[in-house]
Amino acid sequence: MATVFQGLGATAAITAAANPLDSNKFLLSSRRSFSGKKTSLVVVRSDGSLNLNTGSSAGARRLDQLVTNAVATKADAAAAASASKPGHELLLYEALREGLEEEMDRDNRVCVMGEDVGHYGGSYKVTRGLADKFGDLRVLDTPIAENAFTGMGIGAAMTGLRPIVEGMNMGFLLLAFNQISNNCGMLHYTSGGQFTIPIVIRGPGGVGRQLGAEHSQRLESYFQSIPGIQMVACSTPYNAKGLMKAAIRSENPVILFEHVLLYNLKERIPDEEYICNLEEAEMVRPGEHITILTYSRMRYHVMQAAKTLVNKGYDPEVIDIRSLKPFDLHTIGNSVKKTHRVLIVEECMRTGGIGASLTAAINENFIDYLDAPIVCLSSQDVPTPYAGTLEEFTIVQPAQIVTAVEQLCQ
Amino acid sequence: MPVHYGSKKLNYFTVASTIASQLPHAVGAAYSLKMDGKDACVVGYFGDGGSSEGDFHAALNFAAVLEAPVIFLCRNNGWAISTPASDQFRSDGVVVKGQAYGVRSIRVDGNDALAMYSAVRSAREMAITEQKPILIEAVTYRVGHHTTSDDSTRYRPLEEIEWWQMARNPLTLYRKWLESNGWWNDEAEAELRSNSRKELLKAIQVAEKIEKPPVGDMFTDVYDAVPSNLFEQEKLLQQTVTRYPQDYPSDVPVRAVPSS
Repeated sequence: MATVFQGLGATAAITAAANPLDSNKFLLSSRRSFSGKKTSLVVVRSDGSLNLNTGSSAGARRLDQLVTNAVATKADAAAAASASKPGHELLLYEALREGLEEEMDRDNRVCVMGEDVGHYGGSYKVTRGLADKFGDLRVLDTPIAENAFTGMGIGAAMTGLRPIVEGMNMGFLLLAFNQISNNCGMLHYTSGGQFTIPIVIRGPGGVGRQLGAEHSQRLESYFQSIPGIQMVACSTPYNAKGLMKAAIRSENPVILFEHVLLYNLKERIPDEEYICNLEEAEMVRPGEHITILTYSRMRYHVMQAAKTLVNKGYDPEVIDIRSLKPFDLHTIGNSVKKTHRVLIVEECMRTGGIGASLTAAINENFIDYLDAPIVCLSSQDVPTPYAGTLEEFTIVQPAQIVTAVEQLCQ
Repeated sequence: MPVHYGSKKLNYFTVASTIASQLPHAVGAAYSLKMDGKDACVVGYFGDGGSSEGDFHAALNFAAVLEAPVIFLCRNNGWAISTPASDQFRSDGVVVKGQAYGVRSIRVDGNDALAMYSAVRSAREMAITEQKPILIEAVTYRVGHHTTSDDSTRYRPLEEIEWWQMARNPLTLYRKWLESNGWWNDEAEAELRSNSRKELLKAIQVAEKIEKPPVGDMFTDVYDAVPSNLFEQEKLLQQTVTRYPQDYPSDVPVRAVPSS
């Protein structure tokens, strides 16, 4: 399992990445002038076509190349070289930072707050260098009180700023649940629309490498019920940057879920500016036999299983749902109508996870198109074990996915 | 919650039921003012009970470290529903807690309008010019019940309530001071009361005539625009109400949300 990912280091990634970012290149890439008009953005739709008239087939191929690069251990050099725009290669945490920095350049109301985000650069280096560039006030180190700095972010957002609140680990945001649920999600509504809360709450979550039960939380399960918020999960450097930018520009509170083990994924992303649609799912691999819905790290387990499945003669359609609240039932529905079989692969626990909600939503809306019951593979309802071997058992493995597909497609 | 209004125009954050959660918001708003270099500060109000919440401590600590221009105004009225202050904390009131966090603090007689005015005015100046937080503990008494569904004589003696009502009533004290300066008298009082009552009755009349919010209003302002899932839920609700009108109030319009 560990061999799937290129360059995955320890999850407590205090040490710098293997490829330290060249700061000059960094500044250059963010110095693009942005005219503010939609035409200067490249918005890539989930079916791979670009919304500029650049010839949809070329665009689709480029998107596939981007996705393949993120999954394969060895970059497909030939494919990358044949892309019409060279783009630049970076790691996922650098992509997040790039998106963040571009938005901070573009709009001086954007600010960051969290523990150790300033001079330390953030525990996962997402904010490295930003305090030097934008100052201590705009990239704010806070005392250790998640409820307080989340609340502070909400108050600042209500007063016109656009804060990004970083939870060092998503699990810590449980301390801020009151602020996120009762205030962040609700104040737009209870104020009758007077106050908007354009806040982004982000941080790493999911099961890492022996981080222990408390630091392996899947908070999307707990937050999914909160009205008034949006939730997205990134999985590649490309969508990490795109979702970060879109989340910052959104007028609604957005929770951006990153994964502890995906920060060192490498991918080539476009030089030109782009954002990803917050409510759209991403078509990772079109297919005919079965729809596999997944997000975040499980995408890679699914793609690894897909390789085995293809060798066995199956043609799975893999969709990274990306938008956890609301679900992109349009993309998902079209897929279900085509394949008639659904497998959900998630990292959440069995009870009350994203998979549970997604199963209900698909059953409600597309029951007539299903040839088999929906199968949802998730983690067990146990605290994540510290023992490495047991920890591996709580995560859905590619072999399980292959077996489930084979059973569903009988 | 009828008293949970808000007004962006008047710089008044919408009140939430969660206790003390507004204090970190106040720090956030002060952070925003500080960043913009505005000649303004933030005031965050809370009670003696609110000072027990974690958000209070965190907010004070943050404000001190951030050097945020915010005034924390604690209305210590001695009661949190049925919990007296002696069961809320064992510290010397709330003022010492501010001191503990490195926030300059003052205790004021909350029933003395002039003392309060003077203290808050100075606090505002200090907060803005020095960019530091201030804590004001206004000591007062909750003469009324916690809510209309509370009867506080169940947990405190009637004599205690009556004493505060008579001896330390801030309205009476202030009125006596105005009258002693010749700026107020019984006629003015009667006129003000009568006018206020008329204004209120008129407002009630106007409000009663206003149409109740339509069903569609339930789904607006959850997000900036109504998303598809809420649109579906609204349609379903409209269908249900239209099909079974006898089970729903008749004065709530079933108008759809206009699609923009």
